[in-house]
Amino acid sequence: MSASPIHIPKRAFDVDAIRADFPILSRQVYGKPLVYLDSAASAQKPNAVIEAEDRVYRHSYANINRSAHALAGEVSLAYEAARGKVARFLNAKSADEIVFVRGATEAINLVAQSFVAPLLGPGDEILLTELEHHSNIVPWVMIAKDRGAKVVAVPIDEDGSVPLAGFVEHINERTKFISIAHASNVLGTILPVAEIVALAHAKNIPVLVDGCQMAPHGQIDVQALDADFYVFSGHKVYGPSGIGALYGKLAHLAAMPPYQGGGSMIDEVSFDRVTFAEPPARFEAGTPAIAQAIALGAAIDYLNHLDWALVHDHEADLLAYATERLREINTLRLFGQSADRAAIIAFEMPGIHAHDLATIVDREGVAVRAGHHCAQPLMKRLNVHATARASFGIYNKRSEVDVLVNALRRAGDLFK
Amino acid sequence: MIDSDLMDLYQEIILDHGRHPRNHHEVAGATHEARGHNPLCGDNVRVQVALVDGKLLDIGFTGNGCAISQASASLMTEVLKGLTEPQARELILAIQALLKGEAPSTDPALADAIDRLMPLSGVSGFPMRVKCATLAWHTTRSALDGQMAPAKTE
Repeated sequence: MSASPIHIPKRAFDVDAIRADFPILSRQVYGKPLVYLDSAASAQKPNAVIEAEDRVYRHSYANINRSAHALAGEVSLAYEAARGKVARFLNAKSADEIVFVRGATEAINLVAQSFVAPLLGPGDEILLTELEHHSNIVPWVMIAKDRGAKVVAVPIDEDGSVPLAGFVEHINERTKFISIAHASNVLGTILPVAEIVALAHAKNIPVLVDGCQMAPHGQIDVQALDADFYVFSGHKVYGPSGIGALYGKLAHLAAMPPYQGGGSMIDEVSFDRVTFAEPPARFEAGTPAIAQAIALGAAIDYLNHLDWALVHDHEADLLAYATERLREINTLRLFGQSADRAAIIAFEMPGIHAHDLATIVDREGVAVRAGHHCAQPLMKRLNVHATARASFGIYNKRSEVDVLVNALRRAGDLFK
Repeated sequence: MIDSDLMDLYQEIILDHGRHPRNHHEVAGATHEARGHNPLCGDNVRVQVALVDGKLLDIGFTGNGCAISQASASLMTEVLKGLTEPQARELILAIQALLKGEAPSTDPALADAIDRLMPLSGVSGFPMRVKCATLAWHTTRSALDGQMAPAKTE
C-alpha cells in the first residue's frame, strides 16, 4: 500500500455506463421508459451518492463537532472532508470559505441579511438581471424594501443574452451590490461573469454569483471569476436535496455577523453576551444536514471522475441536437438562443398551454418542466405566461430527444 | 396511440371550451367579483357575477391558463348562470368531489348541471392538474362571499 495519493484515471465518456450508475433511470412511467429532461429542476442521483448517504446512517452516524466518541470523530472528519471537496470543486483558496447551507436559496438569504443589508441606505440600489430565478430576486426585494433601497434589473437582449453594456449603463454611485445568475434556469444563457465582476470591482461593488445552473455543467473557478460570493445547490449537481454551499471570500465572511443563532456557531455564551465562532462555523447554527453534506462530497467525487471537457461536449451535442429536432416542429417557438448556453431549452407551442403539453408528454414517459420556472419577471419580459422546458444532464441521450419530439407531435395532433 | 386517461382528460368538449371559452368577458352590472391565482403555475382568473334577487343572472370570467383551467371556467359559467346562490354554492362543493373522483351530490335539482360537468371528471386521473380545474370555482365562491382578497389554490 502506497501512502501517496492514488491517481484515478478519468473515465472515457460513455453515456450508457453513466446511465447504469443512476438506478432511477431504469424505471418506467405509465409503462414507458422514463425520459428525464428536468435536471435543471433537480438532477437524479448516482449509486455513489445514494450509497454514501446510506453508509453514514448504517456505519458512522452521530452529531458532529460535539462528542468525543468514535462515531462523532469519524462523522466530523467526513463532514469536514466534504467541505474540502466543495472547496476544491469551486477552486476556493481554503475550506474555511465554504459554508454548508440548505441550498442556494438559503445562501442568498444569508448574504442578503448578513452582508448586504447593513450596507444599504435609502436610495441605494441592488443590481440583478431580468433573467433571475425568484431565489435571486425575493431576498433582495425584502431587504431593499426594509431600507428604502431598490432593486434594479439589467435587461436581456432579444436572444436571451445579457450584454456587458447593460451593466455599464446601470452601475452607478448608488449601486451597492450585484447578484447575478451564472447561467439562466430558463434560457440556459451563460453570463459573462468574469467581465461583470471586473466591471463591478472597478467601482468597489461586490458580486454574488448564483451558480445553480452552471455547477452541474462546467468547472467552476471562483478565483478566476473573482466572485465575492458563489452559491449552488447540492441536488442540482447529482447530490442530495437539503444541502448546498455558499462560497465567500474569507475577508467578507470574517467581517459578517451571524445569520442565525444557535449551537455550534458560538465561542462563548452567557445570558448577556455571546461571542461567535470564526467562519464557516459562525454561519452553521444547529445540527447541519450531516449525511447530505457527506453525500454531496460523494457527488463531487463522482463528477471528478468524469472529464469536464467531455461532459461539456456531450451536453453541447444534446443541446444542438434538441434545438435542431425541435425546430422541425414548425409551430414550436424556442426561447433564448444566445451563443453561450447551458443544456437547457425553453419552448412553447402556440395553441397549447405549457401545462397541457407537459401532461401529454408525461404520458409518453417524458418529464419536462412547465410553468413560470420561478422566473415571473423573465416570463413578463418574454411576454408569455408559461413555457415548457427541457433540461439535460450527463445521463441524457439523443434518442431521448427523439422521444420528446414524437411526444410533442402527439400533443400537436391532440390539440389540432 | 394516445392513452385512454389522456383521452378522458382532453375530451373534445374540453378542448372546444379551452379553445373557445364561453362567457369569457366582463359582466356589465356585476355585483360581485374576485380574482384567483395559482401561484405555482401562474394561472390567473377574474370572475364577475351579477347577483340579482338571489340568482346568478350573469357570470363571466377573464384571465389565462391551460386548457383545463379555461374549459373548467367556461363550463362553470354555463352551468351557474341562472342558478340561485345556494344552488351555486352546492354545485361548487359538488365539483370538488367530482374532480377528486368521488360521486358528486345527488340533489335532483342539480342533476342536469352535474351531467354537463361530467367531461371534467377526467381530471381526477391527474392529481397534479386538479388545481387547474378548481381555480375558477374557488374564485366564484370568493366572489359570492364578497371577499376582496384574491382566491388562491395554495
